[in-house]
Amino acid sequence: MRTTLHVNGKLVEVDVEPRLTLADCLRHELRLTGTHVGCEHGVCGACTIIVDGQAVRSCLVLAVQADGASIQTVEGLAGGDALGPLQTAFRRHHGLQCGFCTPGMLMTAHALLQAEPEASEARIREVLSGNLCRCTGYVGIVKALLDARSAYARPHTREAR
Amino acid sequence: MSRPDAYIGKPIERLEDLRFLRGRGQYVDDLECAGALHAVVVRSAVAHGRIRSIDTAAARTLPGVHAVFTATDLGAKVPVIPVRSESQPSLDQAVQPVLAHGKVRYVGEPVAFVVAETAALAEDAADAVTVDIDPLRAVIDRAGAEAGDVLLFEHSATNTAGRFTGVRGDAAKAFAAAPYVRRERFRVQRYAPVPLETRGLLARWDAHAERLTLAGAAKVPFWVRSVLAAMMALPEQCVDVIETDIGGGFGARGEFFPEDFLVAFAARRLGRPVKWIEDRREHFLSTAHAREVDCELEIACRRDGVILALRGQAWTNAGAYIRPNVASAPRNIAQMGAGPYRIADLHMEVSVLLSNKTPTGSYRGPGRFEIDFCRERLIDLACADLGLDRAEMRRRNLLTDAEMPHALPIVLPHGKGGELDSGDYRVTFDRCLAEIRWDEKASLQGRLIDGRYHGLAIGCYVEGGAIGPRENARLVLDSEGMVTVYVGTSALGQGQETVFAQIAADALGIPIEHVKDVFHGSTTCVEEGFGSFGSRASVMGGCAIAAAAEKLKDSIREAAAARFGCPVSAIEIIEGMRAVRAGELQLPLHELAGRELAAEGTFAAEKRTYSYGAHAAHVAVDPRTGQVEVLEYVAVEDVGRILNPSTLHGQALGAIVQGLGGSLLEELIYDEHGQLLTASLASYLLPSMDDYPDIRAVALELYPSPLNPLGAKGGGEGGIIPVGGVIANAVACALGDLGVQPFELPLSPPRVWQLIEDARGSRRQAQRTAR
Repeated sequence: MRTTLHVNGKLVEVDVEPRLTLADCLRHELRLTGTHVGCEHGVCGACTIIVDGQAVRSCLVLAVQADGASIQTVEGLAGGDALGPLQTAFRRHHGLQCGFCTPGMLMTAHALLQAEPEASEARIREVLSGNLCRCTGYVGIVKALLDARSAYARPHTREAR
Repeated sequence: MSRPDAYIGKPIERLEDLRFLRGRGQYVDDLECAGALHAVVVRSAVAHGRIRSIDTAAARTLPGVHAVFTATDLGAKVPVIPVRSESQPSLDQAVQPVLAHGKVRYVGEPVAFVVAETAALAEDAADAVTVDIDPLRAVIDRAGAEAGDVLLFEHSATNTAGRFTGVRGDAAKAFAAAPYVRRERFRVQRYAPVPLETRGLLARWDAHAERLTLAGAAKVPFWVRSVLAAMMALPEQCVDVIETDIGGGFGARGEFFPEDFLVAFAARRLGRPVKWIEDRREHFLSTAHAREVDCELEIACRRDGVILALRGQAWTNAGAYIRPNVASAPRNIAQMGAGPYRIADLHMEVSVLLSNKTPTGSYRGPGRFEIDFCRERLIDLACADLGLDRAEMRRRNLLTDAEMPHALPIVLPHGKGGELDSGDYRVTFDRCLAEIRWDEKASLQGRLIDGRYHGLAIGCYVEGGAIGPRENARLVLDSEGMVTVYVGTSALGQGQETVFAQIAADALGIPIEHVKDVFHGSTTCVEEGFGSFGSRASVMGGCAIAAAAEKLKDSIREAAAARFGCPVSAIEIIEGMRAVRAGELQLPLHELAGRELAAEGTFAAEKRTYSYGAHAAHVAVDPRTGQVEVLEYVAVEDVGRILNPSTLHGQALGAIVQGLGGSLLEELIYDEHGQLLTASLASYLLPSMDDYPDIRAVALELYPSPLNPLGAKGGGEGGIIPVGGVIANAVACALGDLGVQPFELPLSPPRVWQLIEDARGSRRQAQRTAR
């Protein structure tokens, strides 16, 4: 089935089998392999991407269901070769080891901080509890999000400070 | 001319993060390979049975299917996977064939291998394979294995595949004379490392060069190469085993599994690249499980708390086959019972039992986690019996600097011993007491506050590391003055590239930016490599790199001496290895060589390093639900020398949370037919971000290891080893007034609730009898 997607700001058209997941479409049709697949049943969160502004598990969505949607993956998180503020914070706070959960963590975190730039530690732990990491014990990831919040602060909140 | 370390010991931000954070990691399923076929494994749905037939006819005719292999396609002799370490003849008798023939012995055992144009077509075809199995009764646990009426291997008279015995002094004599003894039965459940990336492989066969390349290896690629070459009747130099980015290992990933052969075999047979990616359900059924052990441990003490002896028996449930490193856990249980304590006499016999469950392997802190749990529980029980303070009794028995090196028990049948290398085990213990504010919190012990009982516990451990026999590294200096590092250890996410760049930069006296790249693991990096296990990579690989750096500097001096026509001793390397000088003569390095200069280095070690430390926890237990909340968890370790505090801290925290998962949440549950009931992440509960918010780890570098020039010790496993004992003792402390004494992990809400109910039940019973 012909499917049109807006991926990281680019319009792409793919011809896919109806049973192909959006995760596999991104990875194997569009070669955007930054999105990882850890469980294929929606628990681990490694495949999380942003679809029309919402954090979504791309292993639980069929590519054809995303027809016309606007999609952001880890490859579109920062422009060019530079790290964005969230990525920089992950590096500074050692928020990753093997890196496999990292793209899903980043995308869930990006969606959260865009919507709630002042999210508390408890809120961060609650929202990201759907993303599993086996290496870090999560401590560095939480610190990274807390640190990155200021970069997401809305103009009026900045002024308030 | 050597400068002080500029990088070692500093929290250098990781070099590998730059690709991981941008989605540019190259894990095995990310590799692009034109024309690759896709494979799916058909697995047994029956735990134990005789194969009547495997009908592949329908599958073979499906569109896009290239082959369906069964054991009969593999030649007269189906290859078996050898034992990698500490084998025994009886263990070798129970190794796994790469495809089942005659019998199946666990749910998930490979029985056929389907190769098709796409993964989806291969899955369709796998569904069309009909496997007819005549079921036999399944052996599940120790009782079933020891009964022996059902045998996994009929040629053997027993399901006991091997035995390891740890011996020091004369335990029988010590027990006979001891004023106090206590014996208890313990059990640690079956659980598994569960790395977030499942296994995967990509094999290419170059028919013209008769050369095989297998990507997706981890942990021990050189060993995998030697096994694979033997199975495929190829010279080792015709097999390249390539390490890609790896999504976590923790001991399970990277050993030789059936698919390592099957994917390579299919690529060679079909003349096309073949890719196989494990799915999560397959991972739970086929990648190594760990930990499951029943243990009876007995302690002998003086009434003042001095521990005299330990003895006991343990039975590890190895699963259906003896996989390559099934031995590490039973071996360590046999040897490491005394942990960091001064216990003169020890006798520990560990039997390795076969069952119709997934074969087991190593998991971070193998055997050490299990025996630490048993010993630390027993120490708390002895303290209660003898009316001793739990902290004081431990402190009295911890080994001190004056007693180093300290000989470890000998492990039979191999007769290997070893020794604890350096440290004062009271120091980390005292620091841990201070960190958790032990004295301040003493009044909380057993108290009911807002409906929850509070408990406190502390436990100790030693962590073996830097396992030999040796490691190799190669440094290449290019004409731009940049250095590339090649090393035989593997990276599994620990930050090896960063730590090795730090070591290389300091050893050569160059800016870290002049380390162009660090290549590791693959058989193409060095002639001979040993990989990453037993907390060895940083120390062994790092020391090999430091040795190579010295040789590289020698080569530079020799080249300069020849150029200047002066003795080598007159040559000085200056300006961060940018130039060489002899008296008035000076030359930029790139003009000296005009080509690459390379040097190799080796580091060999016969003895292991031993990091050590203490952990403490403060928990609250809700008696209505059995829920255990970890209010505070503190770990203190001495690793000899800290190479990168940031990555070390990450190892400690990650290991603690894995230990908490194993102590409180995780369990691979089988039914009586040998069906795994927890084969998804929806039914197997892993720690998530909101489970354990308050954990801390402190690393010290007080007693460097005398065994290597860096003074470093292994640091990847200490975080997990004492967690089970600490958590169980904290729960026992909290529920002391209710009479609850946990002897089995995990302390999941249903188990804790049941323990409380049982304790209340027996109290009521006792009251009735008293009336």
